Parts: sequence; C-alpha cells; structure tokens
Amino acid sequence: MAESIPSDAPAVADDHHGHEEPSFWSKYVFSTDHKMIAMQYMFTGMAMAVIGGFMAYAFRLQLAFPGIEVPGFGIVTPANYNALVTNHGAIMIFWVAMPVLIAAFGNYLIPLMCGCDDMVFPKLNRLSYQIFLLSALVLLSSFFVEGGGFGGGWTAYPPLSAKAEYSLTPLGSSIWLGAVALEFVAFLIGGINFITTAMNSRAPGMKLYDIPIVIWMIVIASILFLVSVGPLIAGAIMLIFDQQLGTAFFDPARGGDPVLWQHLFWFFGHPEVYVVLLPALGITAEIITVFARKKLFGYKTVLHTTIATGVLSFTVWAHHQFISGVDPRMAHVFTLTTLLISVPIAEMMFVYIATLYGGSIRLTTPMLWGLSFIAEFLIGGVTGIFLGASGSDIYFHDTYFVLAHFHYTFFPIAIIGTFAGLTFWFPKMFGRMMNDRLGKIHFWGTIIPFNFIFIPLFVLGMGGQHRRIFDYSNFPELSQPWMQDIRILATSALLIMLGFQIVFFYNFIVSLRRGEKASKNPWKSNTLEWTTDSPPPHGNWKELPTVYRGPYEYSVPGRDEDYWPQDQPN
Amino acid sequence: MIPNGLFGMAIFVIAELMLFAGLISAFFIVKAGAPSWPPMGQPRLPIEATALNSLVLLASGFFLFRAHRAFHRGDRDGMRRPMWLALALGSFFVIFQGSEWVALLGQGLTLTSSSLGSFFYLVVGIHGIHAAAALVLLAIATARLRRGFLSPSFFGAAEALWFFVVAVWPVLYVVVYL
Repeated sequence: MAESIPSDAPAVADDHHGHEEPSFWSKYVFSTDHKMIAMQYMFTGMAMAVIGGFMAYAFRLQLAFPGIEVPGFGIVTPANYNALVTNHGAIMIFWVAMPVLIAAFGNYLIPLMCGCDDMVFPKLNRLSYQIFLLSALVLLSSFFVEGGGFGGGWTAYPPLSAKAEYSLTPLGSSIWLGAVALEFVAFLIGGINFITTAMNSRAPGMKLYDIPIVIWMIVIASILFLVSVGPLIAGAIMLIFDQQLGTAFFDPARGGDPVLWQHLFWFFGHPEVYVVLLPALGITAEIITVFARKKLFGYKTVLHTTIATGVLSFTVWAHHQFISGVDPRMAHVFTLTTLLISVPIAEMMFVYIATLYGGSIRLTTPMLWGLSFIAEFLIGGVTGIFLGASGSDIYFHDTYFVLAHFHYTFFPIAIIGTFAGLTFWFPKMFGRMMNDRLGKIHFWGTIIPFNFIFIPLFVLGMGGQHRRIFDYSNFPELSQPWMQDIRILATSALLIMLGFQIVFFYNFIVSLRRGEKASKNPWKSNTLEWTTDSPPPHGNWKELPTVYRGPYEYSVPGRDEDYWPQDQPN
Repeated sequence: MIPNGLFGMAIFVIAELMLFAGLISAFFIVKAGAPSWPPMGQPRLPIEATALNSLVLLASGFFLFRAHRAFHRGDRDGMRRPMWLALALGSFFVIFQGSEWVALLGQGLTLTSSSLGSFFYLVVGIHGIHAAAALVLLAIATARLRRGFLSPSFFGAAEALWFFVVAVWPVLYVVVYL
C-alpha cells in the first residue's frame, strides 16, 4: 500500500478539480468516477457477451450437426448442452444486457446529461461494480466445479433445480444462484444511485420535463428492478435452502409448492424484460431525434406511457405459466393484461415513427441501429401477442416460437440497443470518431444474419419443435430433412453474424487509437453531455452548466442553426 | 429537497418491503396448500412472550421518533437519551428473539422439521438480519452524535431503516405467529 504513489491529500477521489495525476490503480481499477465505472461495466459486459456468444456457437453447431466435434469446444455432451443454454440465457440477460444498458449507459449518461459532476454516492457506485465483477467471476467458476455448470434453464424451475439428484450439479446450481443473487445486490446499489442522482443532483434550471428521455427510461427501469427484485431474492434464498440445507419450500412431496417458484421468478422476470427494454428505447429516442433533426414527438406522452408500461408490467407475469396448472380463470385475467401492455409499447413505436416523419434523416451508423431497433423489436412485439393469448400459447408454449419471439425482443434490446448507444456516444466516451464505413458493414453484417437465424426458428416452432432438446434425431417427427435443413440455415447465419463482430472489434480498437479527433458536439445534439470536452475531464465540466430548455429543440423555426443546446440562454 | 441518504434509503426500503411481500405471499401459498396448520407434532410458537417483545420493539421506534423530533428542532443534547433508549430496546428485541430461537430448536422446531419451521426461521431470520444491520447504523449515528458530526443525510438513512424494521414486524408477527 505504502509503495504506491497516491497523494497524501485526504479524499482525493472526491476532489474533482484537483490537478494531481492519479496512479494507475486509483484511476482505472478503484476509481469512483462515474465515467470510469461505466467503462468498467461496459468492458465487463462485452467480455461476457463474447463468452455468451461462444456458448451459442457451441450449442447451435450441436443442433445443426448432432455429435460434431465443435472447433474450440469439443464434443457437446447432454450435460454440456444444458449448461450452455442455461448460462447463455443468464449471461446475456444478467451479465450483458443489464450491465451494459443500465449500468454502463446509466453511469455514463446520468451525471453528464443531468449536468452534475458525479453520482451522489460515488463509493457505493464503485462497490456496485466490484460486487458485479465478483458475481461474474462466481458464475464463470461454476463451470469448473464437480458436476459442471448449472443446466436447469435460466428460469431454474424446481424440482429440477432444487435437488442434486435431478440436476446432477450439486454445486453448480447453488453457485449459479449465488452469482445471480450477488448480481442483484450490485444492481440494487446501482439503481439507488441512479434514481437519487437523477432526482437530487440535476443542473440548475433542469425541471422534471427537461430531463432527456433516456435518463427517465433508465430511472424508471431502475425503479421497476428495485420493486420487482425482492420476491425473487426471497425465492432465491428459499431455493438455495432447498438445495443445500434440506428444506422443502418447493418440494411438493414434503408440503412445498413448485409453482410458487414460478410466481416468484416471473413476478421479477417479466418486469425484467422492461428493465432492459426501457434503456434501449431511451437510447433510440435520443438517436432518432438527433438524426431526424426533429423534436421528439410527444415528450410527455412518451414519459407517461413509460410509467404506464412500468405499472402494467407487474400484472402480466403468469402468462409464462399458462400450462403450469394455473386456474384457467386466472389465465384469462393475465391474457387480458398481457394484451393490454402491448398498447403502450405500440404507442411508443408510433411516437418514434411520428418523430421520424418529415425529419431530415441522416443515415449514420447509430441512426441505422436506432431504426433497426424499431423494425426488429416490432417483430418481437407482434409475435408476443400469440404467446400472451392463453389459447394459442398452449400450442406454442416451450417451442422454438417462444425462443424466436424473445430473441426478437432481447436481441434488439441487448445487441442493437448497445451498438446504437455505443456508436452514438463513442466520440464523447473516447474523444475520437468511429469509422462510419466499417460501422455500416458491421451493421448490415449483423442485422441480415440475425433475421436469418430467428425467422427460420419461428417456422420450426410452429412445426412443433420443442426447446431444450439436445439432439432431435430421437424424435422422428422433429428430425425430418426439411427441419434439419432449417437448423443448419440458422446455425450458418449465426456463424456469419459472429464473424462480422470481428469488424466491430477491429473498428473499435483502430478508432480508439487512430480515429479522427472528435469535437465537443460532433452530432450537433442538444443534450448537456455534448457541451463538455470529448472525453469529459474528471468532474465533467470546469463550470457546471445551467439549463434553459428541454432537450429536443431541433429545427426550431427562426433560428440560424437547426439545434438549440439546453445550456444556451438564447 | 430530501437529503440524499434518506432518499437512497427510502428506495432501498421499498425494495426490502417487496422482499418481505414475496416471503409473506410464499408463506400464505404454502399454508393454504397444507392439509392442517400448524403442522402436526410441532411446538407451539411463543405467542405471548413475542407479543411483549414486540411492544419493546415498538417502544424503541417511539424513542427514535422522539430523537427525530429533537434532531429537527436542532436539540442535539436532548436527542441523546432517546437515541440510547432506542438502541438499547432494539438490541434487547434482537437478543430476546435469539433466545427464543434457542428454546424452539430445543423443542424440535428446526429449519427442516416442517414447512412452519422453514418459514419461521426464514422470515424471522431475515427480519433479524435487517434489525441487526439497522442497529449498527443507529449505533454509528449515536457515535457520530456524541462526536458532533451527525449529518441529516446519515441520520435520515439510519432512522428510515430502523422505522422500516419496526413497522414491518407487527405484520410478520400476525402472519407468522398467529
């Protein structure tokens, strides 16, 4: 400790205007600067995305060519297969979508867009990342214990997940649950920070309706997470007790109730969809207004719709359980609420399209990602209606139709939303422009194969192909030649899509080092983060900004420029 | 404006409220599905002793409220006594609960003996952990008060958590014990 070079001045981390150069450790590893913590979340999330993508690669090759020795992985055994699909789902949602969309963008954007120098609880913020990192390491360690990684599906339904003699992973299943619980603690702390900062620490003059939509979306998503996560933490404690201490909370033979877990899980699990959706919607809103050079259509409508979506999202959870033996009368209620929640989301889509209407659209890379988010998420939303209606869900339940549906929601959220935000804020984050041509190659190389992966899977699902089956050759009706051809098509598209990610990483690294220097405001945007240097210094501004108007005053008649930054008096 | 510490703790308390809501609804679902309640052959829960102990906890909350009033009058000296009383009564509650657990374990109510036992130790245990954590915060607040630098933000956070622990207990008592 004493050997390192830290200055002796007390509380140097809080002294935003100090000029001393911090040491490597306090700058990059133990930083309390929200921008650095955002980058830590971003890069950890990216690393986990590579791991989760590798898992998809391994099990998709097994499905297309059963028994093949997967290059770089080896033979996929049934236990491997289960562990791979389970952890692919868990990683992509809990260790990619949440850290990148909420934690990375939330940490980066909330202080910069609200015009303050840091989060209100910088040390809690650092703790949040450290717990998150620990949770990721704990999760990855579960693959190396006796019995291997947990394979009971990311929903971890008991009794399969509750007893080692069913799951065959005596340690893996508890380590997995422990990792999920740690991850929740990290986001609980992070969410408290986000909400408090956005509500208490805004720049002078920034009223509630002057907050950029993406900040509102992250705040509302954090509220949804905080309100929904409690019951799942209760359930996770009970499940770990069942696994390790011999209780019988979910064991029907000894007075427990396995469907209880499903209620606790989906009470969290469904709002969780909106927890990750809202930040992606918010990022899209920012990008669309900037590159259509138009005011966001109906700012207050969007905000109120978001709140309505959040409230409704707590009333739909049992649509995941239509064939779990819930009362059909209850299923009707949940069908109704589920169809109802498509109304505000559809409204949001219309609002975005109305924002584009008549704008002077600039098809930059971030704009392409933003537009494709609307298009692809729409497919996910429309196919969801078939699953929300209990009648059709009885046929579709647990087929590849469900799988394709939620990939059409989660892929736009986690992948398209992230690339949209990253390409848009890259100049601010790193002070250099990304190569637009390579960005577009990467965009088309991702979007086209994505549709070739999952549209065929809708067809397979309608043909009755069930999920979570390691090898279809034991099911004559599911191993007809046309079905196998479709599996090979989907897998080939996945390989192409994964290949195109190399373009992204190449572009990212080269632009980071040799990209054109970015000005303060390369996209001519209104929001506050573009009024400081690129990248922003420690403390964000030399003098904190004052806000005079809302964030979306583009193409205001009578002004010379087509944008009107929030901090300009006139 | 609400102080940051109180604001953050209020959000945390909402999350914790949902944790207890999850536990209570799980308890009700299992109880409703049981053929008889309480399960056969299990010891009776100490309803009367716990009722008295609950009053101790409520009294602790009352003294913290007195401390709260004194704090906002700016009367730091008048705040010390109610703070100490709140802390002492709260600690008594936790210790008494612990002694109750020891007695019940001796009578054959364990985590795995029945679903009543499982839920009893789970729900009361999670409440106890919250109570202990809140007492640590209150103790730090009392120490800061003595040394003269207790901030509204920190005191707000500590008292919010303790009021939550006090307020949620009667609900748990009615649900679990009665």
